[in-house]
Amino acid sequence: MTTTQEAVETGRFDTATGSRTTRMLGWALSIGLIVLLWLAFIATDPDIRIDAASGDEIGQFDAVRLIYVHVPMAIVAYTAFTVTAIGSVMVLLRRSVWWDLVAGASAEIGAVASALTLITGSIWGRPIWNTYWRWDDVRLMTTLVLFMLALGYLAVRRLEGSAESRARRAAIVGILLVINSIIVNRSVEWWASQTLHQQSTITDAAIEDLTLFTFMYAIVFGLAGYVWLLIKGFRVAWLERQNERFGLVEALEQRRAEAERTDAVNAAVDTGTGDQS
Amino acid sequence: MLSDVLLIAGKDLRVELRSRIALNQVVPFALLVLVLFGVALDADSSTLATFTPGLYWVAVVLAALLAVHRSVSLEDGDGADEGLLMSGLHPASVFLGKAVALIAELLLLALVLLGGVLILYGAPVDDVTLLLLTTVAAVIGVGAAGTLYGALLSGQRARETILPILLLPVLAPVVIGASRAFGDAMGSVATDGWSWLLSLTGFAMLYLAVGSVAHGALMEEA
Repeated sequence: MTTTQEAVETGRFDTATGSRTTRMLGWALSIGLIVLLWLAFIATDPDIRIDAASGDEIGQFDAVRLIYVHVPMAIVAYTAFTVTAIGSVMVLLRRSVWWDLVAGASAEIGAVASALTLITGSIWGRPIWNTYWRWDDVRLMTTLVLFMLALGYLAVRRLEGSAESRARRAAIVGILLVINSIIVNRSVEWWASQTLHQQSTITDAAIEDLTLFTFMYAIVFGLAGYVWLLIKGFRVAWLERQNERFGLVEALEQRRAEAERTDAVNAAVDTGTGDQS
Repeated sequence: MLSDVLLIAGKDLRVELRSRIALNQVVPFALLVLVLFGVALDADSSTLATFTPGLYWVAVVLAALLAVHRSVSLEDGDGADEGLLMSGLHPASVFLGKAVALIAELLLLALVLLGGVLILYGAPVDDVTLLLLTTVAAVIGVGAAGTLYGALLSGQRARETILPILLLPVLAPVVIGASRAFGDAMGSVATDGWSWLLSLTGFAMLYLAVGSVAHGALMEEA
């Protein structure tokens, strides 16, 4: 990426967000997605077990395949908000523009990922818990409130004012994002004092080898996708910032050129009165 | 420090005494919300009595949004915020002063509304001490968080639309805690209201501390 100064001097601006590395990562992710779909829908079996007492088929059947989206999205969401909080601290400590843009790009991905976590969780909950939503579940409530807090954070990033002023306001909201979600988590846990939510399934010995592999693969895929989106999001924000600053530089130069023309005309009027006299 | 806090709080309260915005606009709004809940729920007294704690705190939080706007807009016009910056007062004193004034207004509002629900909804009261202490603790939390998020949005035209998005999720734990404690005090929920009161106090202390620290960074940018 070129800096604003270089761009103004050479007149060459970045017009895309891709680089060799991100293109390769993008292609790898595209192939990885096909592999994930194959693993999730074809290679792995639905969750069907035989109840020892009655001999009936029990389990989550095809709904279990949703964990390959739901859990990675939840992990991406919480990772993304952690990065936003770290970035926010760095903005306040070092007035870092780089971290401000990273925090913003990360929160955008976190908002989408937490929304997808809630949506896929609801779709899964309908057949398994027989309800789309549970009010007394601490993880559901925490994720929902975190999603709403993230929307507020993104709204603060779009406030009017100088870039630095926006960065500081956003950084304070970004740090409070973590504090608030901890408070919500504690208070809902205390309020509901129960959870229907699946406890961590990874330690469950009954989980099959291929299912476990697909699950882990999906998490790695989700995090790699997060990194790819974060780089792209950062570069878009960086280009926006460059555009904002270059817009000012260009306007200043036009005004200066105007002033020089006016000066020249005035000078001509003052001294070059030869043809009038 | 304390005298600075009282100075700022006194300024805001004097403005309020002379303009009567909170008294003449925010309190009637909150009472209207109570009336709307009453008609929306078919004015069934047993339903209303059951849901009084939650309805009460939702009404308080909605009215608090208006009070926060008012508190922030005092500093918006005529370069008042620059005046505060030039006054040399410590940002933490300014924050605490504005919070104290807002809390005092909200406390008055909460007490009027409490009278409202006791009369209109016929809510029974088992434990007056718990009821009053919960009101104080929750209102301090709402006032502190409201002052902080209000200061974040000072000078912004979009403040009226952004403040609710920012503040309501933050106040969700206060609504949970205060409703539970009220439920215990009114005998409608079997829970330990005193431990909820303790957590509300924790929330209030946390936001007073965070606001005092963060306000410096915000005032620089105002």
